[in-house]
Amino acid sequence: MGIEVPSFCYYPGLSLQGACRMCVVKIEKMPKLQTACTTTVTEGMIVATDSDEVRQARKAMVELLLGNHPLDCPVCDAGGECELQDMTFSYGAAESKYMEAKNHKEEQQWSPVVYFDRPRCILCYRCVRVCGEGMDVWALGVQNRGVSSIIAPNESDHLDCEECGMCIDICPVGALTSGAYRYKTRPWEMNHVGTICTHCGDGCKTTLGVRRCDTGAEIVRGDNRDKSGINNDFLCVKGRYAFDFAHHKERLTEPLVRKNGKLTPATWEEAFELIGKRLREVRDQDGGSAIGVIGSNRTTNEENYLLSKFARSVLKTNNVDHHRTADYPALAAALHGKPGKTASMRDVLNAPAILLIGNDPTNQHPLLAWQIRTNVRLRRAKLYVINAAPIKLRRQAAGFALVPAGAETKAVAFLAGDDSMLDQFVSETVTREAWLALREKIRGEQNMVIAFGSELRGHDIEALVNFASSLTGAKLISLGDYANSRGASEMGLYPDLLPGYEPVASADKFQKEWDSLPAETGLSLPQMAEAAKAGKLKALYVVGSNPIGRLGIDPFVFSKSFVVVQDMFLTETANIADVVLPAANAYEKTGTYTNTCGDLQLVKKAGEVSNTKPDFEMIVRIADAMGSDVSGLVPFGSGTHSDMGQTRGAQSGEADRHAVWLEAHNLEPKMTPFDPMAILDEIQRVVSGYDVSRVNLLAGNDQHLEIAESGASSIQPPELIVPAHDDLFSSGTLGRYSKTLNSVFENKTAVPEVAAD
Amino acid sequence: MKFSDEFEARFTEMLTHYPTRRSALVPTLLYAQDEVGNLSDEVIAELAQRLDLTELEVRNVISYYSMLTTKPRGKYNVQVCTNIACMLRGGEELLGHCKKKLGIGHKGTTPDGLFSLEEVECIGACSWAPAAQVNYDFHENLTSAKMDQILDEYKKKGTQ
Repeated sequence: MGIEVPSFCYYPGLSLQGACRMCVVKIEKMPKLQTACTTTVTEGMIVATDSDEVRQARKAMVELLLGNHPLDCPVCDAGGECELQDMTFSYGAAESKYMEAKNHKEEQQWSPVVYFDRPRCILCYRCVRVCGEGMDVWALGVQNRGVSSIIAPNESDHLDCEECGMCIDICPVGALTSGAYRYKTRPWEMNHVGTICTHCGDGCKTTLGVRRCDTGAEIVRGDNRDKSGINNDFLCVKGRYAFDFAHHKERLTEPLVRKNGKLTPATWEEAFELIGKRLREVRDQDGGSAIGVIGSNRTTNEENYLLSKFARSVLKTNNVDHHRTADYPALAAALHGKPGKTASMRDVLNAPAILLIGNDPTNQHPLLAWQIRTNVRLRRAKLYVINAAPIKLRRQAAGFALVPAGAETKAVAFLAGDDSMLDQFVSETVTREAWLALREKIRGEQNMVIAFGSELRGHDIEALVNFASSLTGAKLISLGDYANSRGASEMGLYPDLLPGYEPVASADKFQKEWDSLPAETGLSLPQMAEAAKAGKLKALYVVGSNPIGRLGIDPFVFSKSFVVVQDMFLTETANIADVVLPAANAYEKTGTYTNTCGDLQLVKKAGEVSNTKPDFEMIVRIADAMGSDVSGLVPFGSGTHSDMGQTRGAQSGEADRHAVWLEAHNLEPKMTPFDPMAILDEIQRVVSGYDVSRVNLLAGNDQHLEIAESGASSIQPPELIVPAHDDLFSSGTLGRYSKTLNSVFENKTAVPEVAAD
Repeated sequence: MKFSDEFEARFTEMLTHYPTRRSALVPTLLYAQDEVGNLSDEVIAELAQRLDLTELEVRNVISYYSMLTTKPRGKYNVQVCTNIACMLRGGEELLGHCKKKLGIGHKGTTPDGLFSLEEVECIGACSWAPAAQVNYDFHENLTSAKMDQILDEYKKKGTQ
């Protein structure tokens, strides 16, 4: 309606507080001004939201708030993005009638990332509510009364919480500030880039505040200011603070080549030449099957697709794998030809019921947990939890059933009607009757979202899909651990599957697209290690993965292989490499990510560290160095006409949107083989489910992909799935290089600074 | 933490008065304070657990009410009213007298742990101002001499 009613304490989705009195309006037939936030609109009500009386009242409120608020906006960390500042600007309470001295209190540090400055606090209680209601952490409270009221942390002088920083983001003033960002810059000195978080598989949009620095562009802040992502207001500790690995002192910024047994700095040309020569030799002498390729869970879809294509069409090998954390192929296989059976992250927020089997979303999928809590709180969704541990989400559950560890699969069979293991499930906490009642309730739910962890694999997923198909409108989510685990899966980083879960054995489509592919199924990661041990794997190409550090593979098995590693750091895997190439991370490149639900989103370049390269570029350079025709790998140079503005039409004058439009209509010539958008063209054309609106994608919207049209897939050996077991404060190998994640005392796995030992 | 049977009986009864457990917090705090003397960390942890609240929530409530205290008080808590009626009738002088006599200030406690002193707002005894309250007993139409007598009696009672 375009009518603005100001407020401090009101916040969408949180309970009403009526504390700030800024939203007062004049309602006819009511004697006094009423707070708009707490007044229910009724038929025939006549409300004046802006009159002299109302303005006067609001001005007085601002004056009262400023009575104790420091007027040092120029040195306040929130200066320039402070709601109190804006409100004072609007209502002009620039002069005060108070003579009294301001009530000063020293600033407090509550955790490495949370600082509290009492005098700036205007007691809107947003932080208290978002921490309690939103996060279900309840770490903040209000102590004392009246003018001496103060926001207090749960451990008297510090916080013991999830360190999500929601309280900082929601604070309208500079009372709560971020230890990672405070006093580093002024908000107007940053560029803000909305991109996708590189940590867990939920795919939150994080807005990175970027500033120029000596080595390119430095990320100084993460928040979610535009709120357009699937996460709305939400970010966890990783999304908000764990971008700091980019400037870790161990970050690699030059290629390393092993000379006389030691990794020695080299030029890019030297490195690419060596890799090209050696890989070509191995391929031509021992055949492609002597080369292994390991992809990443954090590289973009474009990079994963390109790697898969490069491995198959240039290296001539199907020995392609990645660190698997969920059985997406099994889901694809079970849903083959059954459209509309997967849920998006947004669906979780609106589903009338949610069934969670396994996993611990509070720790492993913080956004999913937030969506579930919010849905239960605001829409009274029914949550059913079946887990081997008393996970925190049981607090929101309408039904919680504890099962013996590893018995989640049997619980699925029970839900489907198999009573044979019921006796094993019955315990003191969950009786036989409770189990039967739970099953009745779950079976009665319509349009339920069923989220399951990696406890379910292979045929278990098939069983779950069959059960879900017996319900009305049930949709599934398979929970994997990393930012683009799903993408790695869908882009075919498997020895037996090509992009879109097309089996290698029946890959007519890709035979045509990619030209002569090796026909035999390749080796999985452990099989590659075995082959290397037997001296059969002559070369290993690792892109953004640390199998030795993460999967416990013996580093010595690769001692006779030529190993190339692209990474940001000297990980355990990079340490044994013959060539290490310094890679850019996901915050330093463009592409797309597919989250664990199958929502496709755009990853935008925010930071930059000079002399690192995106994996995309490195793959292309290696192909080139091997003497392969790069234009066959990346369809660049395909745009046919340039546009100088004549087609702008309604978008005239809006440069950015125009660029989006151009790109969306394929008018932007892809002039370079390093342009991931050129590969995206191919992905959208070739990979089932990815043919979604380019305009929406480029505009930063999430789009849910259909998995049902994928290839027939195949059942994977379940032991190849190794869950990351990350919690809120760890994030695979990457998490070890985040100072902030390691600084909070809640991080039980914090490691000393020296990570790659 | 162990409370008396009387407390437990009251607590159990109190829970039946409200639709949610947490609502029983304020009366429970008062009973616990009467029994223990103050709301110690131990009491707070116990009550938080019983009423399904966080310790922080319990502390928030305690800090709101001036009649609830986390710090130990004397055996006899002398609360002198200085609100308008009492003030007009010499309440402030009475408070000054108590301070001198007990050698402690507002919210202070004597070294022997017998007396605490507090300046309080209206205790509803305006008709008999100036008034003071010692624990739950009222003393009215006070003068310095009368106050001395009262305090001496408590001292005698407390040291017996």
